[in-house]
Amino acid sequence: MSGATAAAGGPVPRKKSKVGSLERQQRISIRSSYAALSIFVVIFLVPPFYMVMTALKSSAEISAQQGNPWIVQSPTMENFIQLATDASFQRYFINSVWVTAMVVIISMAIAILAAFSLSRMGFKGAQVLSTGVFLTYLVPPSLLFIPLFQIVGTLGLINNTWVLVLLFPTLAVPFCTWIMIGYFNSIPKELDEAALIDGATYPQILVKIFIPVALPGIIAATIFAFTVAWGGFLYPLAYLYSADQATLTVGIVRELIKGDVFAWGMIMAACVMAAAPPIIVYTFLMDYYVAGLTAGATKG
Amino acid sequence: MANVSIRKVVKSYEGDVQAVKGIDLEIEDHEFVVLVGPSGCGKSTTLRMIAGLEEITAGEIWIGGDVVNDVPPRDRDIAMVFQNYALYPHMSVFDNMAFGLKLRKFPKDEIKRLVDDAAKMLDIQMLLDRKPKALSGGQRQRVAMGRAIVRNPKVFLFDEPLSNLDAKLRVQMRTEIKKVHQLVPTTTVYVTHDQIEAMTLADRVVVMNHGVIEQVGAPQELYHNPQTRFVAGFIGSPAMNFLPVQVVDDSGLKVQLADGTKMAIPPERVDRYGPYKGKKMTLGIRPEHMTETHESEKPGVQLMNAKVDVVEPMGMETLVHHFVDGVAVCSRVDPNTKCRPGEILPLAIDMNNMHLVEDSSSRVV
Amino acid sequence: MADGSTMVVGASATTPPAPRQGGTMKRLARRRSMAALALCAPLIALIICLKIYPTFYAIFLSMLDRKMNHFVGLDNFAYLLGRPSFHLVIFQSCLFAVTAVVMKAIIGFILAHLMHNIRGSSQRIWRGLLLVPWVIPLSLSTLTWWWLFDPSYSAFNWTLSWLGLPEVPFLGTVWNARISVIMVNTWFGAPFFMIMYLAALKSVPEQLYEAAAIDGASAWQRLIFITLPMMRNIILITVLYSLIVTFADFDIVRILTNGGPQDGTHLFATYAFAVGIQSGNIPRGASVSLFMFPVLATLAFFVLRDVLNRNKEVAT
Repeated sequence: MSGATAAAGGPVPRKKSKVGSLERQQRISIRSSYAALSIFVVIFLVPPFYMVMTALKSSAEISAQQGNPWIVQSPTMENFIQLATDASFQRYFINSVWVTAMVVIISMAIAILAAFSLSRMGFKGAQVLSTGVFLTYLVPPSLLFIPLFQIVGTLGLINNTWVLVLLFPTLAVPFCTWIMIGYFNSIPKELDEAALIDGATYPQILVKIFIPVALPGIIAATIFAFTVAWGGFLYPLAYLYSADQATLTVGIVRELIKGDVFAWGMIMAACVMAAAPPIIVYTFLMDYYVAGLTAGATKG
Repeated sequence: MANVSIRKVVKSYEGDVQAVKGIDLEIEDHEFVVLVGPSGCGKSTTLRMIAGLEEITAGEIWIGGDVVNDVPPRDRDIAMVFQNYALYPHMSVFDNMAFGLKLRKFPKDEIKRLVDDAAKMLDIQMLLDRKPKALSGGQRQRVAMGRAIVRNPKVFLFDEPLSNLDAKLRVQMRTEIKKVHQLVPTTTVYVTHDQIEAMTLADRVVVMNHGVIEQVGAPQELYHNPQTRFVAGFIGSPAMNFLPVQVVDDSGLKVQLADGTKMAIPPERVDRYGPYKGKKMTLGIRPEHMTETHESEKPGVQLMNAKVDVVEPMGMETLVHHFVDGVAVCSRVDPNTKCRPGEILPLAIDMNNMHLVEDSSSRVV
Repeated sequence: MADGSTMVVGASATTPPAPRQGGTMKRLARRRSMAALALCAPLIALIICLKIYPTFYAIFLSMLDRKMNHFVGLDNFAYLLGRPSFHLVIFQSCLFAVTAVVMKAIIGFILAHLMHNIRGSSQRIWRGLLLVPWVIPLSLSTLTWWWLFDPSYSAFNWTLSWLGLPEVPFLGTVWNARISVIMVNTWFGAPFFMIMYLAALKSVPEQLYEAAAIDGASAWQRLIFITLPMMRNIILITVLYSLIVTFADFDIVRILTNGGPQDGTHLFATYAFAVGIQSGNIPRGASVSLFMFPVLATLAFFVLRDVLNRNKEVAT
């Protein structure tokens, strides 16, 4: 039990002689847990809450600085409408969608093939490669972005969204492969043997048995690749300098913030719209999302 | 339908570990053969080599007149039932059974007919739309068998198919398997560690130990005429009692225990055991041949008093544990026999069913 | 499977009556391992071209002069080590990583326990709410934090003065800014710790607690003698992994302070960006990044060791 509940449960043992003390102790512990969690939830949700509140304010309301800033006085969808009809914002959104879709497809294809091979087929050095995959997962993007700048420059990809299609998989693939190896390894060996005897070839085993059976893992890995590509900030900031190539994150941070007079209502509305896809994915697929998070330590 | 022959087959792993040390076995068409032995005896490896899931290090395996060493599993025309059933979790029962046929490009209506027939035989028609998750252990077992049957393969392979079931279901499914084999007499190789399963199912039982075949024979033959000490001890439950003895000639050929007790060898066996006079041997006697005394005993029965140690009533019989010459032995007595721990129980030992093991070769003589 | 092929060679040697044997099986085995390698080829290419090669290229780059014409050896590293502003970067990176990870670990631990106390379907809802900071793309939530910290419009300061307290320049002084970036990182990362610890807590068998309770262990003793030892490995992996990610963090500092005030909040990543990309001194930027390498490699070594250990435990 945590410090908070232990403290709350402190005086309880003395009442032990009374009937139902254990139940009572549990009830107090649960109630204090709820209380403590509520405080944390409130603190954790301050920024998203304020993001939405600001997004609903007009510029006039923000600059007037009248009354409580936490609550919107006259909510308006003006910011959202303006963004939705803004050509450059549409451009960022389209760029983000296209980059993310490509990254997810490429990363998952590489990861599933490699994981199937490493989990079931095997070759000399497969063990080394598995370990290597995990190590590359631990390489943060900020370690290599400068040499990569030179490399993509040589390839002529600077200021081209293709650079992200090329580079984001380096962040997504190792972890996706690692998750998929774990999921594939958890499929009993008898299942592929049964399929072999039933007459399946290796490609058929992958497509008809492994992919459907490991679907939860595939969803978890896909979500991971999606978050990497959608939320990536350093690479687009470093390699894409013109507004028409920007993805949402850089587009909002770099292009919408102009001069000293910040159109904060609109910036926050853009943040809400850019954060919406991950939030939606998360709302519907929370269990897969969580499985993907914990997979690194519990699977593989 | 086909015969299977295994010729001088060896399986070795890295580090010179030999799992199977050159075995020979001829399995006739329609025959039901059970490979039985303790874990690690090589029985599963042998089965997996027949299936093509393990490479054969040396020797040959023939199925229906062809060497299949180089044939991948899918082309061997075999079907296998696994211990954990290995049902495809994402497919319905119907799809599980149809998978092999679909891969072989059978026409749709043909698949439906074959699956329905097999399902009817196994009484699982009402389960065809369910997923394996929604099935009980026994039902999964049936589906696994159904998946094997629909393909009408040359050979059925069973790898400990009943070990994951509870005791009651195991007995039921055992009968079920036997019934299926009577309906569809496909050549069957069945692996188990349970000797009762082996005895009840098999036309012939193959007892394996440490990668070699100890004995091949019909169940009754193995029971009555085990050829090695291992088979004698492995087949039968409770296991055969073994007592160290010396063959002596004391007004007739007798076996003598270390404490001096002598027991006469039946006259018809004197010739057989004569050559071993003076040698130290091991006497093997089954619990059911050490029973309570009766008013009139047939010839060849020796009487002995035993101090009862533990009594285990089983219902149709009672097991009595006691010591003979310091060796723990077990007797099987009539449940009406009165005996309590610590009491003296007179026992009749039927020497007509004795076995004598030569210690140096571990062979039954 | 390469071993498979050698085994078959042995087989055909010991069994003369099978000349046609071995050949096909060996070929099959070899073909299968070739196919296996081919399936991994994209992964291998990606690792070699976009991870290993850039690492060596970074070392090469770091030894050139600004125009990238001359080889200058370790001059860039020496120059950086002699700069007081780079000393600040080293200091702030370590302070940032260690403090933020400790905070995240503690808060995550408390949260996981609170969550573990409440069972059933409501746990899902609470978990869902608490994970929101982790789900919003970091650059966007950091932007919101910036807006919350804004010198003239800060909603925090409005609240403070409403409570009759003095206003705080959150990003105005070096130490305030340092605390602020650590706070934002803690806010962002604590949910991750919570989820990891919660998974670990759930994997501790309930019987252990019941046995301990019967043995007379108090709640505190159960925490010390059962929970912590059982979670030890996951705690280690999570902390080490988070140290790597936090140490190399970029988004928060870049957006919130861009290294200021007075270069007091620069991390290796943001400093490398400022030097390498913004000022265009690629070699020196590469050297800044490379300073992270020994720390990251050490941490990665321990993560790998613990993960492999853990897999062994799971396997047995």
